[in-house]
Amino acid sequence: MKRRVAIIGTGQTEHRSRRPDVSIPELIREAVDRALAVAQVEPQAVIIGNMEHFEGIHLSDQWAITGAGGIGRPGLKVATGGTTGSSLALAGTYAVASGLWDVVMVVGWEKLSESGGETTTGIITAFDPIYERPTFAGAVSGLAVYAQRYVHQYGVTPEQAALVAVRARRNAMRNPYAHLRKPVTVEEVLNSPMLSTPIRYLDMCPTSDGACAVIFASERYAGRKAAWVRAVASGRNHPYLGDVTLGADTYRDTLALAAQEAYRKAAITPKDVDVVEMYDPCTYLHLCWLESLGFCGPGQAGKFVEKTALAINPSGGVLCTNPIGATGLIRVAEAAMQLRGEAGERQVDGARTALVTGFGGSFWNEVMVLCRQS
Amino acid sequence: MPSELIQVGEDSCLKFQYSAGIYGSRFLEGLREGRILASRCARCRFVLVPPRIVCANCYAKMEEFVSVGPEGTLETFTQVCFPFIDPETGRRRPVPYVYGLIRLDGANNTLQHFLEETDVSRLRIGQRVAAVFRETRAGTLLDIQYFRTVKEL
Repeated sequence: MKRRVAIIGTGQTEHRSRRPDVSIPELIREAVDRALAVAQVEPQAVIIGNMEHFEGIHLSDQWAITGAGGIGRPGLKVATGGTTGSSLALAGTYAVASGLWDVVMVVGWEKLSESGGETTTGIITAFDPIYERPTFAGAVSGLAVYAQRYVHQYGVTPEQAALVAVRARRNAMRNPYAHLRKPVTVEEVLNSPMLSTPIRYLDMCPTSDGACAVIFASERYAGRKAAWVRAVASGRNHPYLGDVTLGADTYRDTLALAAQEAYRKAAITPKDVDVVEMYDPCTYLHLCWLESLGFCGPGQAGKFVEKTALAINPSGGVLCTNPIGATGLIRVAEAAMQLRGEAGERQVDGARTALVTGFGGSFWNEVMVLCRQS
Repeated sequence: MPSELIQVGEDSCLKFQYSAGIYGSRFLEGLREGRILASRCARCRFVLVPPRIVCANCYAKMEEFVSVGPEGTLETFTQVCFPFIDPETGRRRPVPYVYGLIRLDGANNTLQHFLEETDVSRLRIGQRVAAVFRETRAGTLLDIQYFRTVKEL
């Protein structure tokens, strides 16, 4: 990168299923105030993002900028679907690395409750009206066909997937910002309603109302506690859902390619990672993508997560919190908090290197490596 | 603080018209005639369905149309069980239903479509399926009613 980029402050709302007590700008303001209180510096530009399908508001940047203090400042909107949050982090990094600005605040938000809980309806409208909408049932079925293939290839069991949900909830209990903080058992996951085979209700992430703000800065503003961006990579996407089968194992390799690029740029290997904040919209893909990230071999993740000392989603991950336009950015914020020693009860002792992922429709994957020292 | 928290409702109903374009119209015309058209790349020879202007493999302009299927191999599938509002109609889509990704014979990628078989215990990845066309066809993806299981010898 042209210039070194640091994260100097993060802020989140307490994510919930519904926040009827606040408007969208008021919700955003909660996260922004908290990030500014940590960073103690005025941003020169504001980059804002949400997924737009859900609230039915298609100029969300203008509408939300009042909540983020962007009036009179340069700004951009980022909307890349599920990856919106991670794309915001990449945009913040690009803006500072380029030398354009020294301090940039990025803000991701979603108020999914405002579409009356019809998140699937909104997601379907993100896909092709002629070829895909008739069959597609949003993120749930899109991930289900992916999970079905993974189960077929490697014999992953429902019990192994259920354990992922159990662990995520246990982690979320230590995270005051997490949405789902109630423990679940393997039996509860296995007995929860089938959404789209093989994914059951408790295998799937929730829908949340929430916002997240992260402040990126150049070296001059970094301060002692900075979490440094060591590498970013953005994977390719496909034009149609059926194109996912183009390569030998394309169900998995879009993330693997982005991860390999990020590892190479950061000059690290998976063994150097202390904490992972991965975008895990369902249990089966949590396992599959740990393999794509190189932490274990294909089909080995079920066993790997039982014995590894690696901290995987200490926040509880997407399985416990999912305000979609903020979800990827929450991964970045949580990773930065770990490196800055701000993670409270969920702090991973001595965390020095963090890996962050974002995932969205069309198999778009984004990867970021953060380090305590640059 | 306000004495109550107010929410303002909106019940929107919008009409959309999506252009299938040159490649899509050719594809839909093909379906109306009872065949599945794909585009073939002159440079890398990839065959992709639905046909499109840019090759997803090598990004060359695609100009040749070829027939694929109507049989193919089931690459993956799911049974959708949960209720949701279908944005195409504004009403609940009937569930459960089963769809899959089908690698049509002659194609390098897959087509996402409904499966006739609704008992997922009778489906397996890798099995052969075949397109079943409707008697009356209108030039839409649903001119293929679904893919049926092909009995293997």
